[in-house]
Amino acid sequence: MNYHWDWLFFFQEADDGLKYYEWIISGMGWTVAVSLGALAVALLLGSVLGVMRTTPSRLLVAIGDTYVDVFRNVPLIVQLFMWFFVIPEFLPEKLGLWVKQELPYLVTAIIGLGLYTAARIAEQVKSGINALARGQRFAGLALGFTEWQTYRYVRLPMAYRIVLPAITSEAMNIFKNSAVTYAVGILELYFQYKQIIEKTSQVLEITIVVTAIYFGLAFAMNRVLAFIEKRSAVPGLITGGKGGH
Amino acid sequence: MNDFDFGVVTANWQFLAEGLRYTLQVTVVAMIGGIILGTLLALMRLSSIKPLQLFASAYVNFFRSVPLVQVILAFYLILPMVLQLFTGQPMPIGAANSAYFTFTVFEAAYYSEIMRSGIQSVARGQIAAGSALGFTYGQTMRLVVLPQAFRNMLPVLLTQTIVLFQDVSLVYAIGATDFFGAADKITQRDLRPVEMYTTVAVVYFIICFTLSRLVKRLQARIAIIR
Repeated sequence: MNYHWDWLFFFQEADDGLKYYEWIISGMGWTVAVSLGALAVALLLGSVLGVMRTTPSRLLVAIGDTYVDVFRNVPLIVQLFMWFFVIPEFLPEKLGLWVKQELPYLVTAIIGLGLYTAARIAEQVKSGINALARGQRFAGLALGFTEWQTYRYVRLPMAYRIVLPAITSEAMNIFKNSAVTYAVGILELYFQYKQIIEKTSQVLEITIVVTAIYFGLAFAMNRVLAFIEKRSAVPGLITGGKGGH
Repeated sequence: MNDFDFGVVTANWQFLAEGLRYTLQVTVVAMIGGIILGTLLALMRLSSIKPLQLFASAYVNFFRSVPLVQVILAFYLILPMVLQLFTGQPMPIGAANSAYFTFTVFEAAYYSEIMRSGIQSVARGQIAAGSALGFTYGQTMRLVVLPQAFRNMLPVLLTQTIVLFQDVSLVYAIGATDFFGAADKITQRDLRPVEMYTTVAVVYFIICFTLSRLVKRLQARIAIIR
C-alpha cells in the first residue's frame, strides 16, 4: 500500500483562506453548540415528560407515553428531515416561510436533536421516580404538600440523583448523535471531516484526529457529570458516596 | 398547501421496497454477525487472560465512543485500502457492501455489552456445577452459561436490533440506497419532500413500534420466575 502520510496538511491553506485545522476547530465549535443546546432542550422537556408519565392523571401519562413511542421509533435522520423539510409546510404560510428563510439552521437542528433525546431522558426520569419507595410520596402528602410539591421537594431531588449515571451516558451520546445534523446543513465536526476528506484524501490522519476529538468531548462531559454525581450522591445508598462534605 | 400528492409514493413503491429490503438485509446480517462477534468479545472480556481482556474492552470502548456516521464513512474509505494491502490489487467494494461489514463490526460492541451483563447475570454456582460434572471451560460456557445468558438477554438483544434497524438509515452518509436513501433519491428527482419523508417516518414508526411491542410481550413470556 502506498498511502502517503502527511500530518502537516492540517497547516495547509484551504480554498477559503483558512487552514484545515481551523476548519476542524470551527466544526468542533458547532458540534459543541448543537450538542449543548440540544442537551438543554432534552433535559427540560424530558423531565417534564418523565414527570407526566408518573402522575395519577391518565391523560398526562398517555401524552407522555405517546411522545416517547413516536420519538423512539423513528430514526434520528428522518426526524431531522421532518423538522427541516416537512413541518414548515404544515405551518401557517407566513410562519412556515419565516422558519424556512429566517430561522437559523442551528435552532432547528437543536430542536430536532433535543426532542429526539428528550424521549430518552423521559425514560430515565420516569424510571428514577418509579424507583423511589411509594411511601416518599405519601409522606409528602401527609405533610400537607400538594402533588406538585411532593415532586419539587421530595421525589425529583432523589430521582435525579439516582438516574444521573444514565443521564451521563445520554449526555455523552449527544455528541455522537449531533454528527447526524451534518445532513441538514450544520457545518459541524463530521461535516468538516467529510469535506476535508474530499479535498485532501488524507483519510487516515483526519480520521485519527476527529475520532480523538469525539473521544475528548465525550470524556469531558463524563468528567463534568462524574463531578456532579460525586457532589450530589445520596449518603446511605449502595451507590452513594460519603456525603457531600 | 393543499396540493399533497401521495401518487409519488405509489408510483415509486418498487424502488422504496428495494430500499427497505436492503435495510432489512443489513439489519439481519449485522444482527447475526454482531451477536456472534459480540459474544466472543464478551467472553474475552470476562476471561482471565489479560491481553484478551484488554483487547475486548478497548474494542468495545472505541466503537461506543465514535459517531456511527463517521465509522460508516471511514470504513467505506479505509476498507478498500486494507484489502489492497493484503491482495495487492485495487478492491473497490462499494457503499452497499461496505455497510454490511461496518454494521457488523460496530454493533458487535453494543451486543457484547449486552452479552456480558447476560453472562454476569448467571448464578456463579452454575459454573461450579459445570466443572463438577467434568465439563471443560468451553463446555461449561457453551452448554450451561451461554444458553441461559442468551435467554435472559433476548429482549435486550432484540431491542438493540430495533435500534440497529433505525441506524441503517445513516448509510445516507455514503449514498447507499437503503429505505431512507431511496426516499431521498426520489425526493431529489420529483421534489416531493413532504410526501416522501412523511411516508418514510410513518413506515419506520409502524415497523419499530410493532416490533418493540412484540419484544415487550416476549419479555413477559420468557421471564424466568425465580
